Amino acid sequence: MRDEKAAQFNQPLVTPEVVASHGLTPEEYRKIVKLLGREPNHTELGVFSVMWSEHCSYKSSRHYLKRLPTEGPHVLQGPGENAGVVDIGDGLAVAFKMESHNHPSFIEPYQGAATGVGGILRDVFTMGARPIASLNSLRFGSIDHPRTRYLLSGVVAGIGGYGNCIGVPTVGGEVYFDECYDANILVNAFTLGIAKKKRIFTGVARGVGNPVIYVGSKTGRDGIHGATMASESFSEEKEQRRPTVQVGDPFTEKLLLEACLELMETDCIIGIQDMGAAGLTSSSSEMAGRGGTGVELDLSRVPLREQSMTPYEILLSESQERMLLVAKQGTEDEVKRIFDKWDLDAVVIGRVTDDRQFRAFFDGVEVACIPISALTKEAPVYQRPVERPKLQDQLEQLDLSNIAEPTDLGSTVKLLLGSPNIASKEWVYRQYDHFVRSNTVVAPGADAAVIRLKGTEKGLALTVDGNSRYCYLDPYVGGALAVAEAARNLSCVGARPLGLTDCLNFGSPENPEVMWQFSQVIEGMRDACIALKVPVVSGNVSFYNETDGVPIYPTPTVGMVGLVAEVAKVVTPWFKAAGDVVVLLGRTREELGGSEYLKIVHGLVKGTPPWIDLRLEQAVQSCCVAAIEKGILRSAHDISDGGIAIALAECCISGPEKPLGVRIDMREMIRGDALLFSESQSRIVVSVAEENLEQLREVAAEHHVPMQVIGAVGGTSFVIQPLLRLPVDELRATWSAGLTSRIK
Amino acid sequence: MRWGVIVFPGSCDDQDVFDTLKRDMGQKVKFLWHKDDLVGHFDCLVLPGGFSYGDYLRCGAVARFSPIMRGVVEFARQGGLVLGICNGFQILCESGLLPGALVRNAGLQFVCQQVLLRVEETDTPFTCEAKKGQLLKAPVKHGEGCYYADSATLERLRKNHQILLRYVDAKGRASPSANPNGSLDNIAGVCNETRNVFGLMPHPEDACNKLLGSEDGRKIFSSIAVTCAQREHRHA
Repeated sequence: MRDEKAAQFNQPLVTPEVVASHGLTPEEYRKIVKLLGREPNHTELGVFSVMWSEHCSYKSSRHYLKRLPTEGPHVLQGPGENAGVVDIGDGLAVAFKMESHNHPSFIEPYQGAATGVGGILRDVFTMGARPIASLNSLRFGSIDHPRTRYLLSGVVAGIGGYGNCIGVPTVGGEVYFDECYDANILVNAFTLGIAKKKRIFTGVARGVGNPVIYVGSKTGRDGIHGATMASESFSEEKEQRRPTVQVGDPFTEKLLLEACLELMETDCIIGIQDMGAAGLTSSSSEMAGRGGTGVELDLSRVPLREQSMTPYEILLSESQERMLLVAKQGTEDEVKRIFDKWDLDAVVIGRVTDDRQFRAFFDGVEVACIPISALTKEAPVYQRPVERPKLQDQLEQLDLSNIAEPTDLGSTVKLLLGSPNIASKEWVYRQYDHFVRSNTVVAPGADAAVIRLKGTEKGLALTVDGNSRYCYLDPYVGGALAVAEAARNLSCVGARPLGLTDCLNFGSPENPEVMWQFSQVIEGMRDACIALKVPVVSGNVSFYNETDGVPIYPTPTVGMVGLVAEVAKVVTPWFKAAGDVVVLLGRTREELGGSEYLKIVHGLVKGTPPWIDLRLEQAVQSCCVAAIEKGILRSAHDISDGGIAIALAECCISGPEKPLGVRIDMREMIRGDALLFSESQSRIVVSVAEENLEQLREVAAEHHVPMQVIGAVGGTSFVIQPLLRLPVDELRATWSAGLTSRIK
Repeated sequence: MRWGVIVFPGSCDDQDVFDTLKRDMGQKVKFLWHKDDLVGHFDCLVLPGGFSYGDYLRCGAVARFSPIMRGVVEFARQGGLVLGICNGFQILCESGLLPGALVRNAGLQFVCQQVLLRVEETDTPFTCEAKKGQLLKAPVKHGEGCYYADSATLERLRKNHQILLRYVDAKGRASPSANPNGSLDNIAGVCNETRNVFGLMPHPEDACNKLLGSEDGRKIFSSIAVTCAQREHRHA
């Protein structure tokens, strides 16, 4: 009878076709049989397929990820937990992480992006940290692609819809457009939370007999095999996968957040974990894996919102707004009382065991029994073949002598300012609440966002960065530049980096050329992290970002967090007062390879990206922070996409007040378009009151940073002698309308 | 004086109002849970911003049925001061404590930005510390903040001087471009006829500290504090 029942629950039979449809290879299946000592039933096969999916197991990336430095004096929790945690002093810590939600957002932009935000929020508050700021990094196809407008407005509305409703400010981010994302957009969401250093929670199951408690929303059939979907490439028919995208409910998440944080004030919790990708299966087995224990679940007790769900469906559902926790025996009533207050379910669905097995029961019979280690430690790890792309040499070729300099550099500046990657992103960020929690000192639109830490003099700076064109042309340099630019953005507001999180978005790991890009990007990031002393504390890998065999550009996005010693001293990028002196920290070289200028004006994606001297980079950043801490600077702005001409124009027009003019006179022995649009690294443009210029010279000398006075703020024109002269009002109009005029 | 900040499920700015009153304004303040009855003595009740009950239905339409709202209505009837900010304003309109309604922004999108507000009336407990015509800077952040009322109601509001704040440009003009959400007559905040209940879409609690870009929101809270101090003095 029991066997009959079990057989019925575990339909259909496992055949090679069924194995293949679960995304498992024949070799992987043989390994499963060996680990179990028998054939798996259908439910167990489902469990293996999600736990061994690329998304959950990191099987292709793990070998390389080990190369990233993860330790530092401030690190309290490195990678491997739901989020990384760093010490910020005063008994406080911050937890942060970034995660991708690319495929769901392409299939269903609003819900895909919304649930991406929901997931990353849970990753942070499960650590005991109250989320206080979010960022996002978005990549869409060409602005003229017929689907881009729909995807852009859906994703932005979804991020706003979820983040605004739950009351966590979205304080910054980046938005890029490129043809390589036409059929595979990227949505990377970052959240940071704050906690007491001594009250950090982790996802661990310990103490035999302790109850496993399910809290939050009820379980439905949504999102089954979401993790598996995220581990496959796209093709036309995959767009039919809409039902695998979950639907977000930010209100329930808000209740869950408040209930969990209230519970964390008590002494009830042993461990807690978000039910994200692979839902109940991954949360329970990972918690047991970390605790060196086993877990026993009675699936009949899981709160369901749909009828006649099978054990397979219950285990693999990715319904949102659910958490799993292990509580101390005897505290069940207290847990229930708190969740009752917030009108949420809290049900004991199992217990911690000592047999190191993952066991699931349904209607009294065992439907799955798998050694925990088979799902976690024994998951396959691949060292995939690596090959430098055949086209790489050709890509790097760039002969500037064949490229004509524009005759009218003024129009070129306007063309760039109005192009979608450089134009104002206000249309995007005004849809996000960036004020809630009353901490936002520097709102979106600056190099980095800054929030204050109530009750202290300190602040936190946050940024996300990454230039995928650089990574395409030279993944090693591109990886290093992503880290360097993020750190430079922090230094422009006066912050010193504490740590970073990353989303590594790539094509298929089964393509050796993609794996070469991946390994090179990691090496570049590693070298920059070591040189700039920024540990990697959390992150996420998203492979299979390709459609019909064409991968996206390798796109590592770096989320970085820095500490501001005195938040009252932060500076913003825009000029403040006529008469101030404009100074360039760093040097401009003739580096147009991979630049926005080359792409927009000449339609070329070629050459090698700008070189970076990491020692100089470190010096320029320290110099900028030191000058801000001394209170010398009026403004500071990183020079990046579009070069110094665009950076200076932004200094004139991006402030909240009326635009200010500038008169620039700078000399380098390079061609005019390179002088204006070269994206040479390690450069910051700053402005100072004239009486502070000498002091700035001293700081620059101390840090061995080349510094050049290049002009003065004032007037109503943007003047670069002898190359161009434009009215600032006109520049602002072009920049402000650049994005909206293309999408309306 | 004593402030009460009501916490609905889905309130987001409750902590912000609490911290601002306590840290920036040095006031005595207490959270009140929506499931409880209103007990104890309070001088001013604040209904904060957020998305009460997720606002999946019309904003504020569910929150008005929270148990504590019976006490709030009674408190207002007896002359107690009630301030509704953003979602709080929506709840007050849904409860019938304030006239009119807040509907979807004219641009259909959520709007988050700093705005300028012109103080239209100063003979109220909420604006008495400001000068008539004074401009205040504070942020708005809402999807449904477009103020609407039928023409008879609008006429009555004007006649009774119940429109306390309007969206204006830097020159103080209530122009269409200064209106972030399409509100009728650029209305940002209104009070009831007896002038003890006030609702506004902008967030004064996010404008009480120089670090956040404005201290103008203090005018609203200090007006209330001064009014309550005078009331206490009169009773004494």
